[in-house]
Amino acid sequence: MAKRIYIFKRFERFWHWSQALLIIFMMITGFEVHGLYTLFGFESAVGFHTTAAWALITLWIFAIFWHFTTGEWKQYIPTLNKVDAMMKYYLTGIFTHAEHPFRQSTLTKHNPLQRLAYLGVKLLINPLIWFTGFLYLFYSSWNAWGIGWLSLEWVATLHVIGAFMMLVFFIAHVYLATAGHTATSHIKAMITGWEEVD
Amino acid sequence: MSIRNTLLLAFCMTGTMLATTIAVANVQPPVTATNAVTEVKTVQAPTKISSATDSKQNKKSVSTADHSKFDELQKDFKSGPEVTTACLECHTEAAKQVHKTKHWTWEYINPATKQKLGKKNVINNFCTSVTSNQTFCSACHVGYGWADDNFDFTKEENVDCVVCHDTTGKYKKLPGLSGHPNYESMEWPPHSGKFREATDLTNIAQSVGKTSRKTCGSCHFYGGGGNAVKHGDLDSSLVNPKHYLDVHMETEGLDFSCAKCHLSDSHEVSGSRYAPTAVDTDGVLMRGKADGRNPTTCQACHGDTPHKAEHPKLNEHTDKIACQTCHIPEYARGPLATKMSWDWSTAGTLDENGHRKQVKGSDGRTLYDSKKGDFTYDRYVIPEYVWFNGDIKYTLFGDKVDGEDLVKINEFLGTPGAPDSRIWPVKTFRGKQPYDVGNQTLAIFHTAGKDDSAFWGNYDWDKAIKWGMEAAGADYSGEFKFVETEMSWPITHMVAPKEDALTCKQCHKKEGRLEGVEGVYIPGRDANPWIYKIGLLIALLTLIGVAIHGGIRVYMHKRGE
Ligand code: HEM
Repeated sequence: MAKRIYIFKRFERFWHWSQALLIIFMMITGFEVHGLYTLFGFESAVGFHTTAAWALITLWIFAIFWHFTTGEWKQYIPTLNKVDAMMKYYLTGIFTHAEHPFRQSTLTKHNPLQRLAYLGVKLLINPLIWFTGFLYLFYSSWNAWGIGWLSLEWVATLHVIGAFMMLVFFIAHVYLATAGHTATSHIKAMITGWEEVD
Repeated sequence: MSIRNTLLLAFCMTGTMLATTIAVANVQPPVTATNAVTEVKTVQAPTKISSATDSKQNKKSVSTADHSKFDELQKDFKSGPEVTTACLECHTEAAKQVHKTKHWTWEYINPATKQKLGKKNVINNFCTSVTSNQTFCSACHVGYGWADDNFDFTKEENVDCVVCHDTTGKYKKLPGLSGHPNYESMEWPPHSGKFREATDLTNIAQSVGKTSRKTCGSCHFYGGGGNAVKHGDLDSSLVNPKHYLDVHMETEGLDFSCAKCHLSDSHEVSGSRYAPTAVDTDGVLMRGKADGRNPTTCQACHGDTPHKAEHPKLNEHTDKIACQTCHIPEYARGPLATKMSWDWSTAGTLDENGHRKQVKGSDGRTLYDSKKGDFTYDRYVIPEYVWFNGDIKYTLFGDKVDGEDLVKINEFLGTPGAPDSRIWPVKTFRGKQPYDVGNQTLAIFHTAGKDDSAFWGNYDWDKAIKWGMEAAGADYSGEFKFVETEMSWPITHMVAPKEDALTCKQCHKKEGRLEGVEGVYIPGRDANPWIYKIGLLIALLTLIGVAIHGGIRVYMHKRGE
């Protein structure tokens, strides 16, 4: 019988799923604004995207606050320890049900690859989207802020690059969510908070 | 408080915050400082029912003077100048004022380009040129007697007061009479068998009043030789328009006269086609602010950020596009079609009996006329869009035309993306007209007149051009050809109701309205193909990668069982 440990606190789970929904929604509306397809209609897509942007920003502010007050930010301190083992596991071991080189615990809930990936999201993709999206939102204030020389094309292009990075992360992330102890154990954990470990 | 409770609290707060943000995000636009100051309520017609009565009352602005009671006007006037002389007995400065205006001089020096413009100097691609054709063209001159170069522009009684101040609707200056109305009964239109009564000058003089859409329109609706022909946003349907056609002039609504926007001072009417105001960022024009601004711009009443808070994005467009671009989605939106092209090169072909030919379309519009050539028309026309900073450069008489390139009779200048330019809708009128091959200039030719050189009587290009060029003080080289020309007109009248303004998607897509307009990044139109293709490719590769990985996992798992 597998052991169960409590990994994801209630706020964390709320944060994760609402962020997931928002980001999916922002990708759908954002790529429509970008002109890749028509779904809601341009005008609605812009409206939804803007609304969701405010919601996401709020959520992120809370999440940042939470990470620091709870000390959970330490979960993302990068480590190269066992990274190679993890790589090897994903490339071979996982197919042969080899033993997972990483042991989850409440104190270290992410494996070293996850750590690096999430840190990348938090330090690179999120700020890129945030910052460019924020500028995009306040386009009409650029002159007043003394940044009238900025080019909307550049800001938008960087925002779109961020969006594609997010999309790639999203695909890999969803897939790796099935790479736990069992195919669904990670997902269950993010719902209930409890993760099955060996 | 335990950590658990703190988290719980944070959790609840986030939930509430999120909910509120979502609720307010749409109503809390990123309002800029200028936004707050200059936001103006558009002049709102109150609710429909009261507006009808209110504006009707406002409209009847009653004069304090009843001209029919004035001794000076109790006369049997025999001519226009006699009427003017009577007017000037009281309005002592009026003619002097008119003498200074473009309506009188038909001349305008563009301060930016120093080009000598005005109807007197410009060659267009409709009837082309006033020179040598004054007796006809001066039907739209605010004067009497301009038949040729000997016209005395200093004579006060030559000013035509009533063409602008008539209220009877019975005053009409006829082409061919050098700016006079008919003083005797006269067949009109020519050869129609119908007769116009002699103009009742006494009655007209005693009924004078403010200018009106009819008086302004008597010339400006008929530019280019007929109703709706020239501009596409000005025609007789504006005398009594519905809301749909023109939100400002709607008779049942705001009921603006032309002069409501085209405020005048000392008979100088504001607004100009030769030097339009393309960009106006100074906000609403307040009374007393005599700073020489053009009062006819949209912004002079609406400011630069007129859209309501529910649509914050719209105000962010005003740094790039003119109001007209969205709010006049098409021109010629009324019952009348506007002329789109005029090919003079086919003029002069007669029928087998050597008579003038006229071909009409099923709707009665002339498609071919031996006098003029071929025409095309259109309604609900989608404008062309250009960056415009207010400067217009003309190809004038004498400017080099080599016949190789299309001649831009006028060119709207502007720099894509520059703060001094906006994207404007224009009507571009295309055609073919003669140029003097030897002199390499657009030709001036004599169209109308009771002589043996007028093209409309004799259908002889060489004669008509020789006469015209001589009247312009030039020697005709003896050889002419036709050249393609194009001329643009800003679209600014017939403002549609806001429901009919362009929708976002009409520009925010590929091959939308602004396709090909450079200098502005338009989301939805300007996706960088490299980035989205590479982005999609990487996403696809990732997808394939995880699919393979997952496939192997499933396969190995199955095999292991
Ligand atoms: C996962 C998150 C996000 C994704 C995937 C995303 C994606 C996109 C994409 C693809 C576009 C189209 C850009 C273009 O074609 O020019 C866009 C537009 C935009 N995004 Fe985002 N975005 C995200 C988050 C945000 C955030 C957090 C903000 C604000 C802080 C934001 C603000 C905007 C704005 C203002 C626009 C322009 C809409 C317009 O046309 O007015 N986005 N987004």
